[in-house]
Amino acid sequence: MKSKYSSSRRFFIKSSSAFTALAIIPGSVKSFFEQVKEKFFVKKQKIPLEVSINKKSYQLDVDTRTTLLDLLRENIGLTGTKKGCDHGQCGACTVHIDGERKLSCLTLAAMIPGKEITTIEGLANGDQLHPMQEAFIENDGLQCGYCTPGQIMSAVACVNEGHTGSIEEIKEFMSGNLCRCAAYNGITKAIQQTANT
Amino acid sequence: MKPFEFQKANDENSAVEMAEKQSMYISGGTNLIDLMKNHIHEPDKLIDLTDALSSEISTTPNGVRIGAMARNTAVAEDSNIKSDFPLLSKAILKGASPQIRNMASTGGNLLQRTRCPYFYDTALPCNKRKPGSGCGALKGDHRMSAIIGYSDNCVAVHPSDMCVAMVALDAKVEILKNDGTSAMINFEDFHRLPGENPQRDNNLPEGAIITAIEIPENSFQKNFEYLKLRDRESYAFALISVAAALDISGNTIKSARLASGGVAHKPWRWNKAEIFLKDREATEENFKQAAEIAVADVKPLENNQFKVEMLKGAIQQALQNCLTNN
Repeated sequence: MKSKYSSSRRFFIKSSSAFTALAIIPGSVKSFFEQVKEKFFVKKQKIPLEVSINKKSYQLDVDTRTTLLDLLRENIGLTGTKKGCDHGQCGACTVHIDGERKLSCLTLAAMIPGKEITTIEGLANGDQLHPMQEAFIENDGLQCGYCTPGQIMSAVACVNEGHTGSIEEIKEFMSGNLCRCAAYNGITKAIQQTANT
Repeated sequence: MKPFEFQKANDENSAVEMAEKQSMYISGGTNLIDLMKNHIHEPDKLIDLTDALSSEISTTPNGVRIGAMARNTAVAEDSNIKSDFPLLSKAILKGASPQIRNMASTGGNLLQRTRCPYFYDTALPCNKRKPGSGCGALKGDHRMSAIIGYSDNCVAVHPSDMCVAMVALDAKVEILKNDGTSAMINFEDFHRLPGENPQRDNNLPEGAIITAIEIPENSFQKNFEYLKLRDRESYAFALISVAAALDISGNTIKSARLASGGVAHKPWRWNKAEIFLKDREATEENFKQAAEIAVADVKPLENNQFKVEMLKGAIQQALQNCLTNN
């Protein structure tokens, strides 16, 4: 004899066991994952850091893995410095560390306490742009603008270093900054103009 | 990146005492940070050497001593290096970019890893990164690979320009071992050939650090050249590079130095060609013959045979440039 409840009983068992399994699995998977993590992975390490950026001091607590680039963009909110390749090949992340141009993507934040960092945000004097920033605008030293903060930081250092004797010398000493829009002629002109004033 | 502990060493001895099995040293970081991002190196602990090592460049009674922490730019721009070891200055300035040269240390330059694409891609086989996984480059993309001194296990090349000049100038590497004793290694013996153990780039003992480089004085201030051929004119690794230096009296070569980058697992000295040039006239014909002697020992892979002609031309041109460049 066919019971009018048989199908709903089967449905009840099926669905309730499915719900139970669903409820149990995530918990067990999660705890298993935690155990594996505990056993095989090194725990995230945090260190306290006192850093000076654009003459302003910051007290931070950061993961040891943090690069200077991520510290600037993610921890401090200075997003003017750009992440292009993150592997030291494009120069978009160029900043000045104690006045020297360096790549922030290949610098550990843990290694910068005691040093003065200057980013593109620290170049202008209030509302008055740095002469190199003015020269980039005047000479069309950019198109999309993504590489520009790195180009300008590098260009300022290039002038300070005195590597502006000829167009060839400028190009050689700016080769660490790539521009996919190929605004190179404008960039070179901006540097020449700034060096000569 | 895998999480790691960060420790700062204050001096050389405490640095080597901090070393553990899974720790690594960091100085400039230009290569190591990238390798860590790619999970090629996964140290549990990083020991920061920037305050522990000297960055001084000082003259000694018989040459120059360069502290391991001296940045590449500082060495290339140093007035003593420029006047007494101009070949070294020229080679450094042909490498990397101004930003990277401002960061990279002298010791770290020696210890940088190969840029072979199989070493960098963790999805591909590489005996240097994962011993026993095979050499992907041997029968794969080996346009940039070695043409001499390689083995079936590894055809990678050492990427440095600075090291090519240093091996040509008979430099010595001062190291501090983790038992606290120091030693001097001839530059030519510092890096090694891949053989059966391509995972080892050099003969630096485990846990040891480089503390300084010493270069003996020489007479190569006038006639020298570092010629680097690459896919683009700047900021690229060498296909072939040649460091050449001649000590010429009248028109006779009293001694010659010839070394190359982009050809082997280590900076390569062309000893036979050097011996040939000694006491011969500095003529185009002799330079041509020296180049022939050097390439006679070279065995290119299937897809980098172009490097043989390129090397021959580069050696001849570099020797010629020694006479006119400076």
